[in-house]
Amino acid sequence: MSNMVNVKVNGIPVSVPEGSTALEAARQAGVSVPTLCYLKEINEIGACRICVVEANDARGFVAACVYPVKEGTEITTNSPRLISARKTTLELILSDHNRKCLTCVRSGSCELQKLCKEYGVEDEDRFAGKMNKYGIDCSAVHMYRDNEKCILCRRCSAACEKLQSVAVIGANDRGFDTHIASPFEKPLGDVSCVSCGQCITVCPTGALSERDDTQKVYDAINDPEKHVIVQTAPAVRVGIGEEFGYPLGSIQTGKLITAIRMLGVNKVFDTNFSADLTIMEEATEFLGRYTSKENLPLITSCSPGWIRYAEFYYPELIPNLSTCKSPQGMFGSLAKTYYAEKMGIDPKDIFVVSVMPCTAKKFEAMRMEHTAVKGLPDIDVVLTVRELARMLKKSGVIFSDLPDGEYDTPFGLGSGAGTIFGATGGVMEAALRTAVRAVTGKEAESIDFMDVRGTDGIKEATYDLDGNVVRVAVASGIANAKKLLDAVKSGEKQYDFIEIMACPGGCVNGGGQPIQPANVRNTTDIRATRAAGLYEDDKNLPVRLSHENSDVKQVYAEYLGEPNSHKAHEILHTGYVVRNRF
Amino acid sequence: MKKKISTLPFKGTPEQAEQLMAVIAGVSSGGHADKSMLMHVMQQAQSIYGYLPYEVQVMIAQGMDVPLEKVYGVATFYSQFALAPKGEYNVSVCLGTACYVKGSQNVLDKICENLGVEPGECTEDGRFSVEACRCIGACGLAPVMMINEDVYGKLVEGDVDGILQKYKI
Repeated sequence: MSNMVNVKVNGIPVSVPEGSTALEAARQAGVSVPTLCYLKEINEIGACRICVVEANDARGFVAACVYPVKEGTEITTNSPRLISARKTTLELILSDHNRKCLTCVRSGSCELQKLCKEYGVEDEDRFAGKMNKYGIDCSAVHMYRDNEKCILCRRCSAACEKLQSVAVIGANDRGFDTHIASPFEKPLGDVSCVSCGQCITVCPTGALSERDDTQKVYDAINDPEKHVIVQTAPAVRVGIGEEFGYPLGSIQTGKLITAIRMLGVNKVFDTNFSADLTIMEEATEFLGRYTSKENLPLITSCSPGWIRYAEFYYPELIPNLSTCKSPQGMFGSLAKTYYAEKMGIDPKDIFVVSVMPCTAKKFEAMRMEHTAVKGLPDIDVVLTVRELARMLKKSGVIFSDLPDGEYDTPFGLGSGAGTIFGATGGVMEAALRTAVRAVTGKEAESIDFMDVRGTDGIKEATYDLDGNVVRVAVASGIANAKKLLDAVKSGEKQYDFIEIMACPGGCVNGGGQPIQPANVRNTTDIRATRAAGLYEDDKNLPVRLSHENSDVKQVYAEYLGEPNSHKAHEILHTGYVVRNRF
Repeated sequence: MKKKISTLPFKGTPEQAEQLMAVIAGVSSGGHADKSMLMHVMQQAQSIYGYLPYEVQVMIAQGMDVPLEKVYGVATFYSQFALAPKGEYNVSVCLGTACYVKGSQNVLDKICENLGVEPGECTEDGRFSVEACRCIGACGLAPVMMINEDVYGKLVEGDVDGILQKYKI
């Protein structure tokens, strides 16, 4: 245990580990200090000056987020001088900020807006003067950037570089001209951005937002020719509640189904179903490769942010990627083939809407190279959880009062294995549950594979399936994935099967999930809390194994034959391309 | 001031690339470049190429395994780095305090008008580049400009066309 030091915060004595910051000491004393640029372990740069405090061992104000306390340090966090300084800082930020708050996508969830209210900023124009004009960058398929609303906190560029090792955005130029952009001012759509959306979820203001595709869904619903079907990804059921006042980690599957149905769509289906289907295909693919020892380790392909990263940064690993489409893709493929035939509807008239915790899924939906019906997209529109919530709020549903609904058939049943796809390690666990059965002919003794659970960035485990040793690894957050893959490439580590999720913690912390402000992110492990909801859901579901999903069995019996059959390959599998980073 | 990105075609030679790679090799050990040497490498690259165009920054990013945005961020932060090539004649007008109050901004504007470029740019034929600089230590002659090594002092707008004409032939 590290040495403790005794400090005082507003006169309250506390004992904190040596090296703690004033911010941490304050929190220990039950005192909150406002922050704006600070993101724990990701962006600790003391740039915004909102967290200024007074310390008896420093001259002037110090930034609490980076000021280390020592034995005897006395911190004051709320003197009139400090309150006034913070207010002035906010007024200065506003002097170069587009203040069209009423129409801003983040109105109500904006951290700058909230602080201005708390600190009683009365005059947005106190420091009126020249303002930067940038225009909106709409070039990326998944998001918009409005630099006129950027406060230069650098949380986005820190997330891009430190969490994701992508680093395609950063601060360009200096002084008043400083702005967040890509090298050589290239639009975001022209650089090697992987579309993960982590920058959006950490942005305190409306500078970054998902591309809003809700109008396309309204148009389809109002088009009598269109048969609109919706699929909801595993992590959506644990995310959506946050938009309606439920605590982090609460599962709202039933109300989610009812609410979507009330928008006037034809059918509501579960992506958990196609997650189970993915497991059938991928476990079979794995056993094939494991037996032939070809293209090992097999690397999962469910996360489109990871796939885009691999195409840009690890083209040499493309042969190792699973050829399985993601659960979203498999669902869309079956909707436009099997479902169209079964229902007697022209695939052109089937409009598939995905509700995803993800912005990269918007990119995935635009991949036309291997769609099930040539010339038709597998997926017509991808909505993030935030966009869906926007639609639901507009529609007037009183979410908390809704009765629980059930998914429609024939894609309505999802197993617990499907549900845990939303958490890092979930795909691996789901695959192991089915692989054990396939290799040994009997079910696993315990279907809870605890070694691959949890929010550690990299997890490893080895399993002995009747004498067949299977070495697995799981990584989430691309920076962790990079570390793992470099160890594999150098020969330092050997695995048979690797799961990679682009977002830290997996889809529960995806770029399309509800925004949680920094003060929540800094004090709660939102990844673990949301994941716990999914594991609870898994535990309570009647079917917990993909190979026991009767809807999946039915699709194989009626249409696909068996996993990895010729037909399954044509419809459910895909290919990848090498992309140039520069 | 926002840096201008040159649209002139890159004319780097294999010899220059080799020199740059040698600089990067000089700060590397075991195949890994010391990333804290980024600015040093960029300075060397600028002395090899005269400026830091896209192609050169990509070489640095790949050679040192640092994100291109990091290179570009540094290149646009420090005034010593240029994103546009220098012309055969580099016209550098002092905008330091003494020169500025004596009207050097008007001189600079006149030069830009004459050559059809903005400060920080190079003419398409590669002959002239224009930049604003800070004090060159000749305040007594304000306003001052330099064309390569030649110093011109006590300038008025009307001098500009005549002086540039000398270099155009």
